[in-house]
Amino acid sequence: MAPICISSAKPTHAPPRPPPQRTDSWSHWLRRNFFQNAGSAVMTALALWALFVTVPRLVRWAFVNAVWYTQDAADCHAAAGACWAIVPEKYRVMLFGTFPYEEHWRGVLVIAIVLGLSALSTIRRLWSYWLCVAWLVATAAVFTLLLGGVFGLRPIGTHEWGGLPLTLVMFVGTVVGGIPAGILLALGRRSKMPAISALCVGFIEIVRGLPLVTVLFMASLMFPLFMPEGVTIDKFLRAQIAMTLFFAAYAAEVVRGGLQAIPRGQYEAADTVGLNYWQKMTRIILPQVMRIVLPSMMNEIIRAFKNTTFVGIIGLFDVLRATSTAIQDPVWVRYSIEAYLFIFILYFVLCFAMSKYSERVERDLAVGR
Amino acid sequence: MTDQSLAAPRRRPPPPRPPLSLSGAWNNVAVRGWVYQAIVVLGVLGTGVFLIGNAQDALSKQGISTGFGFLTQIGGFDIGEKLIAFGSNDTFLRAYAVAVLNTLKVAVASVVLSTVIGVLVGVGRLSSNLLIRRLASIYVEVFRNTPQLVQLIFWYTLITALPRPRDAISVGGVVFLSNRGLLLPWVDTDASLLAIGLAFVAGCIGAWAVGRWAEARRRASGVRHSVFGWQLALVIGAPLAASWMTGASYTLSIPVLRGFNFRGGMALSPEFLALLLGLSLYIAAFIAEIVRSGIQSISRGQIEAARTIGLGPLDTYRRIIFPQALRVMIPPAAGQYVRVVKNSSLGVAIGYPELFSVNNTIVTLSGHTVEAIAIMMSIYLAISFVIAALMNLYNHFVQIKDR
Repeated sequence: MAPICISSAKPTHAPPRPPPQRTDSWSHWLRRNFFQNAGSAVMTALALWALFVTVPRLVRWAFVNAVWYTQDAADCHAAAGACWAIVPEKYRVMLFGTFPYEEHWRGVLVIAIVLGLSALSTIRRLWSYWLCVAWLVATAAVFTLLLGGVFGLRPIGTHEWGGLPLTLVMFVGTVVGGIPAGILLALGRRSKMPAISALCVGFIEIVRGLPLVTVLFMASLMFPLFMPEGVTIDKFLRAQIAMTLFFAAYAAEVVRGGLQAIPRGQYEAADTVGLNYWQKMTRIILPQVMRIVLPSMMNEIIRAFKNTTFVGIIGLFDVLRATSTAIQDPVWVRYSIEAYLFIFILYFVLCFAMSKYSERVERDLAVGR
Repeated sequence: MTDQSLAAPRRRPPPPRPPLSLSGAWNNVAVRGWVYQAIVVLGVLGTGVFLIGNAQDALSKQGISTGFGFLTQIGGFDIGEKLIAFGSNDTFLRAYAVAVLNTLKVAVASVVLSTVIGVLVGVGRLSSNLLIRRLASIYVEVFRNTPQLVQLIFWYTLITALPRPRDAISVGGVVFLSNRGLLLPWVDTDASLLAIGLAFVAGCIGAWAVGRWAEARRRASGVRHSVFGWQLALVIGAPLAASWMTGASYTLSIPVLRGFNFRGGMALSPEFLALLLGLSLYIAAFIAEIVRSGIQSISRGQIEAARTIGLGPLDTYRRIIFPQALRVMIPPAAGQYVRVVKNSSLGVAIGYPELFSVNNTIVTLSGHTVEAIAIMMSIYLAISFVIAALMNLYNHFVQIKDR
């Protein structure tokens, strides 16, 4: 090592140092990101080899040799690649399930209303009471369209609902009903009254310890048994109630985390100015809680959307179940993988959009803190 | 002025007790709390009694007897995949045992596989290599943002679309993948698994003790003893010694094609394989995020301090980053493992005979809906609570010990 120079005078014999390495050249970027050390170089080589083996095959299968549109399954059979033609052939069954064929336009309108309003709701400038009103109007419109029986629309029973409209209605119903229920459960769990807190803890912990399918199964088999004679709740509603209660238990734990994160001073200050319990909660505590828990609540909401596929197990025709039914057709059954991939991509696009939006909201909220 | 203020403060008289009245009691927080609780408890109890009464009416009208006596009745059905013997002459109780073992089998395998994949992908997301980082995040986004059931059915469709056994995809002529599942070479043995298992546990305890001893010596003397070889010898040697002493014989069984199917080796059914992939690839994406955030939660100062005292990258990882990251990772990881067990019930969608799908059969065959659902739910709750309790215990040991 060179001796350390303590004097501030510049030694005359020192050779000029080389300029600092350029960090903006592409070769430097390449080295830093792919060949920083031997291990990294090996990983790069391995990854490139794996990609080289798989990607060309996949591209050949999915694009080059694929059949995009045909009404004759024999064309697909002749081709070496994917048979995407199953999607245009079967998309109406996949997207609308058991919904009556000539009324599909109503399903399309429902999808448009729910997706459109959801997209509008992401724009923060539009967040106001009017948005709540819009959602209420939309709910009324959705149920009018789906149920029918007024304005000359043919009545459609909930047993005929299916596909994407069913999935979306189930999802929105779960979230809209589950968040208030979850807030109440969380408040109950933190309540100082032992009986109420014990009841809420019991409900939350039992539901969270059970698989969703068992809750749905119980709703579909045991609800009818427990109802007084002559009272029947239809299958859709039973599944909806089960989904909502299940979501509420998870939402309650998210809200509880937020309630615990609020400093004591906020509670005490609210008490000091003489607010009663509900005033304290709705005006002081909950607005702060909702802000804190928004990211984790978004995770639960995305999970609730993914969980809507479970209702297929108890016999409702959501998108997944409708797809499984659509490909029962013996002519097209060999191309099930393509149909499932289409559904896969559909769910991915919706969930990915939600998760990216949630990340953005999280970043924006962090700015003000 | 001073005199008076220095004197003991005049005590205020207590407020007069409110007269004993109804409105007075209503304004008392405690009284009101009791009234609210009484209303809620009575409401819940009343609803419960009402619902159970309805159910009893309905059941007695259908002429169904209630009770758990049906468990000892003969089931009269078979289960395709089982770890213990089961046939159509066995009881419903034994069917539950078969089902629980199947659930635990797929759950344990999925927990192991998802942890391995999750840790690899989680570390990959923090790699300095851009390609690895991108691939890892694509994996996480794709598998996290699609429903597990869609993935599961997709895997099952893919496996059943594989070639027939005759044209099976073969790896080195010993591993075969076909639409009948995965065939692996296996060791056929008549050795006592109990003796070998006990010897393995004893070997592990021995290895742990050696490690403790080496650590104690290092702390006392500063001299490092390399005991890894000894530990390895104990862990591997003890079961080997046990099998040699009991005089067991081993034959390697390699799957071979006979007619339309394979014989020998260990067969993993398509249902098991699909459920294993569906559970572990999905959960691995969440484990990866937990691992990533756990490692990122270690402050830079810790790593810089480790480097300053001369620890190499491996020691930094092993002694500084990992123990601290583990504390952050354990609670959410435990939640994911509970989820693996619960979501194994999705096996019903592809016909894997786990608890939920066997329970469906039992409900249909016995007609004891309420009891069967109660048994199934208690089993799931028990498994969830045991995992949660074990993880809490572990958490208790690794948490920072406060003075």
